[in-house]
This record gives sequence, C-alpha cells and structure tokens, in this order.
Amino acid sequence: MKSSRRKFIAMAGFAALGWSVCPSLTRAATEAGPKLYFKEEGSLEASQWAMAIDTKKLDRQIMNKCIEACHTLHNVPDIDSDQNIKWIWIEPFRNLFYDQSHPNLKNKANQPFLTLCNHCDNPPCVRVCPTRATFRRPDGIVLMDFHRCIGCRFCMAGCPYGSRSFNFYDPRIYLENLSHEYPTRSKGVVEKCEFCAHRLDKGQMPACVEASEGALLFGDLNDSNSDVRKALRERYSLVRKPKLGTGPKVYYLI
Amino acid sequence: MYHSNKIIPGLVIFFLAMTFPFWFNIGSEAYSTPELVLPEDHEHCVEAVEFMRAEHMTMLNEWRDAYVRDGYGEYQSMLTGEMYAMSLTKTCMNCHNNKGDFCDRCHDSVSVDPYCWDCHIEPEGVE
Repeated sequence: MKSSRRKFIAMAGFAALGWSVCPSLTRAATEAGPKLYFKEEGSLEASQWAMAIDTKKLDRQIMNKCIEACHTLHNVPDIDSDQNIKWIWIEPFRNLFYDQSHPNLKNKANQPFLTLCNHCDNPPCVRVCPTRATFRRPDGIVLMDFHRCIGCRFCMAGCPYGSRSFNFYDPRIYLENLSHEYPTRSKGVVEKCEFCAHRLDKGQMPACVEASEGALLFGDLNDSNSDVRKALRERYSLVRKPKLGTGPKVYYLI
Repeated sequence: MYHSNKIIPGLVIFFLAMTFPFWFNIGSEAYSTPELVLPEDHEHCVEAVEFMRAEHMTMLNEWRDAYVRDGYGEYQSMLTGEMYAMSLTKTCMNCHNNKGDFCDRCHDSVSVDPYCWDCHIEPEGVE
C-alpha cells in the first residue's frame, strides 16, 4: 500500500478524534450508574439565607451567649492576642456603620452590636480565592472548604468586613474541651462563620440563633413569609458598607 | 569490545546497585499484613471488604467533596442499599472506634501518614 503525507495526516486526525472522544464516552458510561449521594432528610432549604439582628433585643448577656454557643460548637479557640480567631464577635456601632453614622447618633455610637460574616451576594473573598477553597453555595452561604485552603490570605484582604481569621497556631493548643460535632482546623488555614451550614443540612437552626432568645432571626430572604422578611418589612434596617456592592445578607434592625 | 575494561566493571557495579534491595533483604522477615482489630458488633462495612481495602481513600476524598461542596449528606451503600451519613467521625469512626488498632496499624506498616487527624477529632473519649 502506498502511503502519502495527505493520507497520514488524515489518519492522524481520525486517531486524535478517537482518543479525545473515547475517554469521555467511557466516563459517561460509568457515571450513568446508580446515584450514591443524597441530601439528608429534613434539611432546611432556602434560595437565599439571611439573618436579621434585632439590636433592641441585644444585650451583653445575649451576645456573649451567642458567641459562646458558636465558638464552643465549632472549636474556635480564644487566643489572647491580635491573632485571635473569631466567627462572631462584638463591635460598637460606630465601627460597623461609620459611613452611615452622624453626630446626632451619639447615644448609639458606642452601643455594642454582634457581627459576623455577611454571606454576601457578590462575595469578594470568593472572587479572589485562587483555589476555590471559599465558595458560595446555591443557597447563598459562603462556605470554606478547609481541605483546599492554602493559607494565602487573599480572602482576608478581599473581605471588607474583617470577617476572616487566620490560624497562626494549631487551635488545639488553646482548646480545653473539644466539641466532637465539628473538626478543628489546622495551622495555616483561614476560617470564618459558615451560617452553620452543617446544622441547616441536618434541619437545625444556626447555633447563635438558637442561643439568642429571639434577638437573631434567620430565614429565607426570598420567601415573603419568613421571619427575616417580616422583620425587614416592619423595622428600619441597616447593612454594613452597602456602597461596596457586596450585597451583605446580615441585616441590623435599628 | 572497545573499553571492555571499563564497561564490564561498570555493568557489574550497576547490576549490584540495582539489585541491592533484593540481596540486602535476603533472610529478613517477609512483609506480613498487619492484624487489624475489627469491630465486633457490626457485620459489614459500608461497602465490601475488598472495595474498602482498595478504595477507602478515594471514597473518603469523594465523600468530603460531596459533603462540603455539594451539600450531600447521605451515602447509599452499593453493598446493601442502606443509607449512611457521609462522615468520617460519625460513620467510619463509630464502628472503627479505635484508630490505633485499625487505621494506624496499616498506615504505619506502609509508611502512609494521612493528615485527616490534624483537624478531625479522633474518637478517643467519644462515648
């Protein structure tokens, strides 16, 4: 058989096509097998989770209870330095809303408020994460995948709310009692509030909401019958740094 | 053969170096699979023993992605069709509740050092 360059190129083309199609065909065949993963029964679902913080009901005691509930559940260590880890913490009004404050709010300026990750609509932390370790779930929760975090801290630079903490130490050094509900983190990863996504998936409300005695409301922002929407209809509310366009989903009822 | 005075000793040295692991270990004990302590009150694992032996690490990786990233919490066993929570500490370590007698024995003997336990909490002290 006489071969020509033209024939060779044609054959090589067909071979390349075959090689490129075949693996995807075999994968398609295996993926068509039985489905093995399922959502848990009774998990809470929403198209956009949101929280409303009723600042009139908040006092020191309730705030400390919320922080305690969150930090013990998630094995968040209390490190007495600027390298502390925080998921939910107390901040005075003037720090949270410095751009929405005015001199006649003097009585408010020092009032302590609870603050946590805002689970933004358009989260800058997700945009800058090079490994997709932080990502936004379809229900609006901005989640961390600690397995993927490489500790580059781009997300900390990206977050305009300071909601992220970096583990400079192995947290277990600072934890007396470990909660078996949730893993600890390893040194060198970034962490933050996760709206208790793991609890929602089991059908429970976030730990801080349960501990808050009604001061924190939690629900689906797109459901006009949810607690959050009812509260937002009736009360004046603020979000942090609205001008940045991140779309915070933690509302402060004033 | 040209340079046979160099090539032949060179080949001999190469052959000895290549086969070093074989003759160095002559007479030493053969590798034996470590004895594992299996849970007494459970008849079978999530999947067949052979599958778990070969695939448990792949399975755990898949579970973690399915759970953390896609929000799937339940796994249906291919072996029995039962549902299991996809959790290292709540499902796996619930039966294999002694890491030292189960996980570590194999991992130590093959020099594998999984970093799961840097974060996930060993079942020590779990009731």
